[in-house]
Amino acid sequence: MTATTSAPGIQTQPQTRRRMSAAQRRDLRDGLLFTSPFIFGVLALWVGPMLYSVFLILHRWNMLAPPRFIGTGHFERMLNDPLVGKSLVNTAYYTFVGVPLQLVVAFALAVMLNQQIRGLSVYRTIYYLPSITPAVAFAVVWVQILNPEFGVLNEVLHWFGLGPINWLFEPAWAKPALIIMSLWLTGFQMIIFLAGLQGVPKELEEAAEIDGANAWRRFINVTIPIISPIIFFNMIIGIIGSFQVFTTVFIMTDGGPQNATLFMVLYIYRNAFELFRMGYAASLAWILFLIIMAFTAIQFFFANRWVYYEGKL
Amino acid sequence: MMIALGLTFLMPLAWVVSTSLKLPGQVFITPIEWIPTEPKWDNYFEVFRRLPFHLFIRNSFFVSIMGTIGMVLSSLTVAYGLSRLRWPGRDFVFTVLLATMMLPAVVTMIPVFIIFKEINWVGTFYPLWVPAWFGAAFYIFLMRQYMLTLPLELDEAAKIDGASNFRILWQVIAPLCGPAVATITIFAFLQHYNAFMEPLIYISKSEMYTLPLGLLWFKGRFGNFWHLVMAASMITILPVIIIFFFAQRQFVQGAQFTGLAGR
Repeated sequence: MTATTSAPGIQTQPQTRRRMSAAQRRDLRDGLLFTSPFIFGVLALWVGPMLYSVFLILHRWNMLAPPRFIGTGHFERMLNDPLVGKSLVNTAYYTFVGVPLQLVVAFALAVMLNQQIRGLSVYRTIYYLPSITPAVAFAVVWVQILNPEFGVLNEVLHWFGLGPINWLFEPAWAKPALIIMSLWLTGFQMIIFLAGLQGVPKELEEAAEIDGANAWRRFINVTIPIISPIIFFNMIIGIIGSFQVFTTVFIMTDGGPQNATLFMVLYIYRNAFELFRMGYAASLAWILFLIIMAFTAIQFFFANRWVYYEGKL
Repeated sequence: MMIALGLTFLMPLAWVVSTSLKLPGQVFITPIEWIPTEPKWDNYFEVFRRLPFHLFIRNSFFVSIMGTIGMVLSSLTVAYGLSRLRWPGRDFVFTVLLATMMLPAVVTMIPVFIIFKEINWVGTFYPLWVPAWFGAAFYIFLMRQYMLTLPLELDEAAKIDGASNFRILWQVIAPLCGPAVATITIFAFLQHYNAFMEPLIYISKSEMYTLPLGLLWFKGRFGNFWHLVMAASMITILPVIIIFFFAQRQFVQGAQFTGLAGR
């Protein structure tokens, strides 16, 4: 930096050094100044609220009467609340069945779009658009698609001699129905995969081809390792998002039938904003928070076994 | 196969469009009549006659535009501090940024609500767009990655001319960040436009509803009139389709930026 900024003969060395340290001070001040919106945001919208929710966890509060200290009472209550276990199991089902399927569908679509096909931008639009439309709009539509009597899905199944299935009205089928719908919303993951696939160096594939690797082997041994960081990224984001699913269930099933689609965030929402059990809801939120963090940590722990970082090894 | 799969993905949208143009009696006729013989455009006007959708549109656009402006400005400012300046503590702030990208928001939902209630912001639009002005980790990260690709000589030349960091950001760096700004504009707009939980929690007066809440209200009141519900859905979806049509490149670019994020 010194070499480029100080032209020889104009400034002597000591002057340069003093000026640099003044510049450093200015950079420190400006660094804090420029990042201050984010620093304030983190303090006001993350650190502060998280500390505050520790207070909430220890108190019983309906936002009308003053908060009452109850210690670990909320956690004892959770153990006796059958809906907590139910919503945890539902959420886990939705995540661990749904996310792998979403990744497979998104990846398959991306691989297909990565071939030199005609009308690429049209297909890209069709697959991507659902994931950026307002959830309420498509949720309303999907209620109709999944309608047992008039729904399109059952009509399609009928062509193949299957069904009819009661989808959202039958506890066993409600979660699969929501997962099927989530596959329709994988456009964002797909487009990230596609960007990754387009970044795979052609030379590597050609080198493998010269070595006699067939298309399948090239795909497994060249393409997959190269884009493994992107698979990892989509998996992390997918699991975090899936654990917090809310809007679609709130609109489509509101937790039913027989609590088959009562997911954690929906149960937290009900406790907080319908029953005004702020402390209990905050405690449930912390439990979900810790679960998500644990799964994220586990994934990072196993990441170095299968995620390949170029130049890092 | 591509065509069959494409049609499958397109089907829900096709169903919305076709149903929104039908008479009530035609909605549930099987086999489905995909192209109504006499499109009934009046369904769309009927939606506006039944509920004040013009207000919902106005509210949605207000919140989305304010949030987007905040997101763009905060991303530029914070990313500049994280990519163009060297200062002790910068790496720590950047680590915090990466961490907040992975923190599940559910843990702050309730305390943040109580804080907004304490400052009397519940029932106003502020909780929906003000947080964007403090930046969001994902957008700041995206902008930082972009700024790192610009040569440092630009800043140094401007510094020799005596420009302050403030001027360098707005007059030298920001004008070169067009693609990243465009991507963040699109994503931030849609994020605010599509938001459901925040309006649900913070907005109670019906004249302040955003489109998602208005649509849910419409469905609740006129749920049996599927042709109208679908017309209302279409009114909600249409701006997104228009934005996508004009900004396809930014979407793909955004994916490429996030692709960098994965690496």
